[in-house]
Amino acid sequence: MNIRTLPAALYVLLLYGFIFLPVLVLVLFSFQESRLPVPPFDGPSLAWYRAMLADDRLMDALVNSVLVGVVSSLVAVTLGFLAAYALARHRLPLAGLLRGLLTAPLTISYLIIGMGLLITFNSLGVPKSLWTIGIGHVVINLPLCFAIVYSQMGAQQAHAERAARDLGAREWQVIVLITAPMLWPALFASFFLSLTFSWDEFIIAFLVSRFDVTLPVEIWSMLRSGLNPKTNAIGSFVFVISFLFVLLLDLVVLRKRAA
Amino acid sequence: MMANRHLAWGLLLPALLWTLAFFAAPLVIMGMYSLWQRVGMKLVQTWTTHNYQQFASKSFLFESLVNSLEVTATVTIISILLAYPLAYILAERVPARWQRLALVMAILPFWTSYVVRSYSWLLVLSEGGILSNFLMDIGLIAEPMSFANNRGATVVGFVHFFVMLLTLTIYASLVQLPPSYRKAAADLGAGPVRSFIHVVLPLTLPGVMVGAFLTFVLCIGDYITPQILGGNQELLLPQTIMMQISRRSDFPMASALAMILMAVVSLAYLACARWLKLDRL
Repeated sequence: MNIRTLPAALYVLLLYGFIFLPVLVLVLFSFQESRLPVPPFDGPSLAWYRAMLADDRLMDALVNSVLVGVVSSLVAVTLGFLAAYALARHRLPLAGLLRGLLTAPLTISYLIIGMGLLITFNSLGVPKSLWTIGIGHVVINLPLCFAIVYSQMGAQQAHAERAARDLGAREWQVIVLITAPMLWPALFASFFLSLTFSWDEFIIAFLVSRFDVTLPVEIWSMLRSGLNPKTNAIGSFVFVISFLFVLLLDLVVLRKRAA
Repeated sequence: MMANRHLAWGLLLPALLWTLAFFAAPLVIMGMYSLWQRVGMKLVQTWTTHNYQQFASKSFLFESLVNSLEVTATVTIISILLAYPLAYILAERVPARWQRLALVMAILPFWTSYVVRSYSWLLVLSEGGILSNFLMDIGLIAEPMSFANNRGATVVGFVHFFVMLLTLTIYASLVQLPPSYRKAAADLGAGPVRSFIHVVLPLTLPGVMVGAFLTFVLCIGDYITPQILGGNQELLLPQTIMMQISRRSDFPMASALAMILMAVVSLAYLACARWLKLDRL
């Protein structure tokens, strides 16, 4: 290391320190023994992880989050894939406009999407539930799934599809047996990206839920009691889960493409 | 192919209907609500610009927009200034095989939950927290003190997130830059500084602008970070919107404020549109 690279190294070190500081503090004090997650550290103790697992509301919210995430992501991927197939393989009038409409939700704040849904559900008398959260999560993830799958629809699949049609396959057989398997990495990536976004989404879930809530909303209501090592524990737990999602996505999709 | 056109519409229809029913229609309904008015506890459905007039005349409503714009501008500028050197060092000085790992490390905290991320900063900044403790240890302050519950804390929480985002977009445009451009600049007699200002910086501007636009949009629409870290001295626009909903149940006013937020984001989009070729990503 010479005199020229030293400032650069220091800068990187400082910025990584800034980026990691809150996460390290979060995880460290989840192992705190006493009631406050501030120095001095008096752990390590697993007491707050036990408290987390014993918290029924928290565990219910965890299950709700997984349910909403999986179902809404499946819906988003399916609708996104079918729409991408329709727009990539057929010449439809106003195709540009339709693509624009399908991706438009990407440009609007979640807060506004959530408010629109809240007002609509209220005026129609639709009760707030996990279903309404799921509907909102499909709205935000559908454009993403559509865009990812659409970008991966190439000539390669089109040739295989034509061959299948020439050999007598019906359209649904082409979609299910040829296109979907060939686009598998894109579908997988869309699904896991949707799952990650749904898993972490707060404001829509907060606005259109009532008694059954998802994990971020439950964590939010825990924050009202101030600093608490149990919040650290669930926060660290969520971090590990999200990290595993990303690792899985990386291993399955990106490595495969590189190979 | 003609017979298949019906089929194509059929495949497109579910996604289209979903977007129309749960995205487009709610926005239209919200627009209508913003032109209605709540009087007492009742909704009066006659067209009026009452809510927008209130916004212009009531200082706490208008000020929340000004606060939001100030915070968002501060966050965007600080994040760019911090992220550019980091992206540059990662792209230019770090050996290629370590770059991927370095980037993954840089965005690792991104995967903490959104709500938890702000809470983590509360752990650092609150009275008796890590920062206060550290400053007492090195003797800079005598008493535990709180660095949270003010605009600075909100900015720190935001910058933390957007430095990661901007590093990614700037890094992406830096690695696309062919090394031959800089060699050509050097051959033509430009020093490292001139070559950076006249060649590297202009060519990486799209990456900066995409990141800056995303920062602007995500930052100005965020409720969590200011609500957890900002304290109650001043409100940002999303907080004012949520207050209209949760405390006052004034949906018309909340809708009008949301329309204003949407208008601000659209203006920002138009201002950066020439750099934002989102379909190229």
